[in-house]
Amino acid sequence: MPIRLEPRGEASVAWVYLTPVLAVGLTVIAGGVLFAALGFDPFRTLHAIFVEPLTSLYGLTELGVKATPLVLIAIGLSFGFRANVWNIGAEGQLTLGAIFGGGLALWFYGQEGPWLLPAMILAGAVGGALWAAIPAFLKTHFNANEILTSLMLTYVATQLLAFLGYGPWRYPDGFNFPQSRMFCYDATMPLLVPGTRLHLGFGFALFAVAGGWLLIARTLIGFQIKVIGLTSAAAAYAGFNRNRIIWFTLLTGGGLAGIAGLSEVAGPIGQLVPSISPGYGFTAIIVAFLGRLHPLGILAAGTLMALSYLGAESAQIIIGLPLAATGVFQGMLLFFLLACDVLIRFRLRLGRPVPAAAVAKSAEAGA
Amino acid sequence: MEMLDLTVAVLVSTIAAATPLLFAALGELITEKAGVLNLGVEGMMLVGAISGFATAVTTGSATLGILAAVLAGAGLALLFAVLTLSLLANQVATGLALTIFGIGLSSLIGRGYVGTPLDRLPRLDLPVLSDLPVLGPLLFGHDALVYLSVALVFAIAWFLGRTRPGLVLRAVGESHDAAHAIGYSVIAIRYAAVVFGGALSGLAGAYLSLAYTPLWIENMTAGRGWIALALVVFSTWKPGRVLLGAYLFGGVTILQFHAQNMAAFQVPSQILAMLPYLATIAVLVLISRDVTRIRLNAPACLGKVFHPAG
Repeated sequence: MPIRLEPRGEASVAWVYLTPVLAVGLTVIAGGVLFAALGFDPFRTLHAIFVEPLTSLYGLTELGVKATPLVLIAIGLSFGFRANVWNIGAEGQLTLGAIFGGGLALWFYGQEGPWLLPAMILAGAVGGALWAAIPAFLKTHFNANEILTSLMLTYVATQLLAFLGYGPWRYPDGFNFPQSRMFCYDATMPLLVPGTRLHLGFGFALFAVAGGWLLIARTLIGFQIKVIGLTSAAAAYAGFNRNRIIWFTLLTGGGLAGIAGLSEVAGPIGQLVPSISPGYGFTAIIVAFLGRLHPLGILAAGTLMALSYLGAESAQIIIGLPLAATGVFQGMLLFFLLACDVLIRFRLRLGRPVPAAAVAKSAEAGA
Repeated sequence: MEMLDLTVAVLVSTIAAATPLLFAALGELITEKAGVLNLGVEGMMLVGAISGFATAVTTGSATLGILAAVLAGAGLALLFAVLTLSLLANQVATGLALTIFGIGLSSLIGRGYVGTPLDRLPRLDLPVLSDLPVLGPLLFGHDALVYLSVALVFAIAWFLGRTRPGLVLRAVGESHDAAHAIGYSVIAIRYAAVVFGGALSGLAGAYLSLAYTPLWIENMTAGRGWIALALVVFSTWKPGRVLLGAYLFGGVTILQFHAQNMAAFQVPSQILAMLPYLATIAVLVLISRDVTRIRLNAPACLGKVFHPAG
């Protein structure tokens, strides 16, 4: 008997919240099968990934460290995704934030004061926003696809950081490594829990969650973002300025990604190095979708994804699972989520379609 | 004479650099002509590259390697098709997922193959013709895949413009509702177009890992999948212009390499390495600013979900 999709009259609210849970469950099962196929004991591997990192205070704080950039970026991306503005160059905006903010730390090395860190955070936000302003400008003035331009700029940003690290910003006493000197104390993020790496950036992430909720639920521009995404014809009829939304979503997304990048170099890394992110800008795309583009959902999804990074590290140490498995795992999760999402708008039905007349009759009888 | 030799060398390597872009962009062209936007080209290329490389190393046969890459690309594309065509998932999000998944999967498969040597795909040297000065190396000194890629341009142009199935494919991309009303199976045709596109992306990856640089390096596509996507826009969905665009980009890549090697050229290599990406942006801007032209040429149903009952 064939399975077919029958449209629901209305989107199912229950499934909106249930599909992420279902997707995580399916990913864990599929991941277990994958690990078994690679020759690892699936239960030990899953235990190493999902339980081991949570058994110590240090592990729990590390969860916050990894979740910080993911949540910051995903909150920014969620505004754009709601309005069908596809900024997928957050990785590049993160890099520019690190360059701008980190550059300030190097520039004022030796003449620092308590003003330096706030200035760096601002510079990081400006750097990320400026990098995102390029696709915004090219989209609004030249109709250039922001998916492609923002992504191309990520490659440019990576080369720019490498150029600075190999060239003008290289620390002369650094044994020829392509990296800057370590930032001074005033240019690093204060720690929230002494003895761990959990830093002020985590506070920013929580602040972004609250701010993101406020923006979407309580402001006019948040309302416009939602309307444009749901029905662009209605938005045009209401006279909403699409270009303004493009600028707003890209600049906020870029600014938050820039703060995330600055938080990394002024936090756990402490200097500018050629590789400052294991792909947080791309993983944040998954976080945004898994969190249903809702700030609280993003916080939960960001924590889960942070666990996947930590878990992969612990599984590498404990049982030798290659780190590359993280990407497979994350990709699978997004696949399952997208597949399960069909249940929000459709019912699965077995058998042949019922004739339309019969459907109308039963609806009448029901009413 | 030396200048001429250098020019010929630059042109020959331009063709090699352009070939993977050409395969991938032609595949995406067919996919998009059927109305489906698959942003997973980069992921499919990477999985194609490692599948082809691993198979060629293990079996010793480049032909089997190419076949494996084609099947791997088609397999990933089939996954994309199930999600977007049968389960009606958002095409942009699914394409991104495919790329993230492909990057992870390729490095997982490839961890045992980093640094493994492999013989380059042999050139099809033709007696006499290949020994001709200038024209010999330029036209008759390539491997089989280069000729296949150029032949595909003509084949696809003929298929889309001159055959009935090509017309049906375009109809599905322009108006899926109309095509469905006439009685064509929109979903089946789109499945075929997506899988064909994936097969060519896989082939593009195989060209990179078997012929262009016979090695496996993590993330070796370095954004070529995305450049191929930009090329389709650049071409305004016309196969002939895909050829032009791919060779143009191949040229930028090669000139950038040569400039890095010239001592007289005092520009840091990282700045030069930005050039292909900046060129992509510049070209996109030039083509896209003519909104009517894009609107007239882009398949009208590109990226839209089709479900006969709703």
